[in-house]
Amino acid sequence: MQPAVDLQPAQPLISARGLTKSFDGRTAVDGIEFDIQAGQCFGFLGPNGAGKTTTLRMTMGLTPVSGGTLSVFGLPVQEHASAIRARTGIVPQAENLDPDFTVQENLQIYASFFGLPRTAVANRIDALLDFVSLTDRRHSRPDALSGGMQRRLTIARALINDPELVVLDEPTTGLDPQARHVIWGRLNELKNSGKTLLLTTHYMEEAERLCDELVIMDHGRILAQGAPRDLVSHYVEPEVIEVRGAPDDIEALASAAGCRLERMGSSLYCYTHRPAELTGQLKDRPRLRYIHRPTGLEDVFLRLTGRELRD
Amino acid sequence: MIPLRLPRIRRGALYVWRRNILVWRKLLVPAILMNFGEPVIYLLGLGFGLGHFVGEMAGLPYLTFVATGIIASSSMTTASFEGMYSVFTRMVPQKTYEAILATPLEVDDIMAGEMLWCANKALFSGSAILLVATLLGVVHDWHALLVLPVVFLIGLCFAGPALIMSALAGSYDFFSYYFVLVVTPMFILCGVFYPVDTLPETMHGLVQLLPLTHGVYLTRGLVAGTELAHPWLDVAVLLGFALVSYVIAVALVRRKLLV
Repeated sequence: MQPAVDLQPAQPLISARGLTKSFDGRTAVDGIEFDIQAGQCFGFLGPNGAGKTTTLRMTMGLTPVSGGTLSVFGLPVQEHASAIRARTGIVPQAENLDPDFTVQENLQIYASFFGLPRTAVANRIDALLDFVSLTDRRHSRPDALSGGMQRRLTIARALINDPELVVLDEPTTGLDPQARHVIWGRLNELKNSGKTLLLTTHYMEEAERLCDELVIMDHGRILAQGAPRDLVSHYVEPEVIEVRGAPDDIEALASAAGCRLERMGSSLYCYTHRPAELTGQLKDRPRLRYIHRPTGLEDVFLRLTGRELRD
Repeated sequence: MIPLRLPRIRRGALYVWRRNILVWRKLLVPAILMNFGEPVIYLLGLGFGLGHFVGEMAGLPYLTFVATGIIASSSMTTASFEGMYSVFTRMVPQKTYEAILATPLEVDDIMAGEMLWCANKALFSGSAILLVATLLGVVHDWHALLVLPVVFLIGLCFAGPALIMSALAGSYDFFSYYFVLVVTPMFILCGVFYPVDTLPETMHGLVQLLPLTHGVYLTRGLVAGTELAHPWLDVAVLLGFALVSYVIAVALVRRKLLV
């Protein structure tokens, strides 16, 4: 691949080829390749330890690359990390707001790290506080905020330099459902305003709602890549009947009805193109609890990454 | 592998320094009281208490002798404390550096900014002692003001090793070793309380290798108005420790944080 100097219209915003990272002989990221186009919301979906965060840190020059090539904004990351971060907003996995400063001061100090003078960002800070609904908490300390508010402040902080690219590492992990919906709403607004979003998550719903394109990662490798809908139609049958606490004879019944079966815990997942064949028989057994639903990303994910427990 | 690149000193260091001074300003009154409290106790207790029996030392009233040494040793302890407990807090539990590293700033800038800030705190402490010493009649003439840049330099010289300790530390307990094995011996051996040439001859070489000895030469000469035998050598030793420890600290913190 020729190293490109100018950012041409068709050139991806982020491009990785054979990207590898090993820690003391353990391979965390194993020769992955991906291209992220400007204006996209691109997701890394995978179980814990899949190599998502490591990939994200490499793209921001926060951990050295062990092998392969990686460029952001058309610039090789190793040599231009500082310049790349000047045009990026980063939302880390764990909160690292400055506890010594108020909400507003956190934004002011952060702006100063980008070399933005206080007078130049005063209006921007007002707008960002409004965007994340924290205007009335501007004089609070971060530890007086709820988890959802802290997350929103972290997102506002990541936008202080008006970045072209926003990188979010598990943006809603640990938040309650209401707080999560508020964050999703804000991220959608960012996407609509033309920013490129790059996020990691292990929430299927989050990936389905936000991502235009995603990769499913496990053990440092990319298992599948595509738009969420395409992944679902490519990897799994259109419908699934999930039987809870399934007695043994159900397996035979479902197999006979032409289902592909997966067992997880005490549930039996019956994937099928023709659900009526099975549901017709299940209806006769009133004590049986089952859910019939269209398949989603979760089914793709479970199929590709297996069902064993992760730490 | 992290490329072995020499650190660059950039403007970003000032942004980090500024963050710290803004935090410090929030606790201004206790911070200033701390700056005055400890040296006043030392000067009054040792200068008058011990001075009553000692009288003169190396041709100076004992209060003058001790006060001019304490200016140097207090710069050492101030910079060491800040470079260990406070820097470790920002580096590990508070994750302040992780937040800063998500901006264009780099480890080089953070470490340079922290060294400036540690030296700045040493300067606050040195200025407070100089003021108290002036009120007690210790200061010889206006040349004493030249001690302020020296105090800053002593701060830099001890900030660097403290940052190295922070990079190596797993917890706060680790710093006790450094205080017991490095800071306290220098406090006692480097001429703060008596001239170093009264030590056994076998120790002379060792004591000359310790940076505080050179710090004390400078502060005593400048404040008490006594002759400086080799001021540029003293400055060079302090500067040398500062620069070498900065380079090592940057390398160690890169290894610790950029993983």
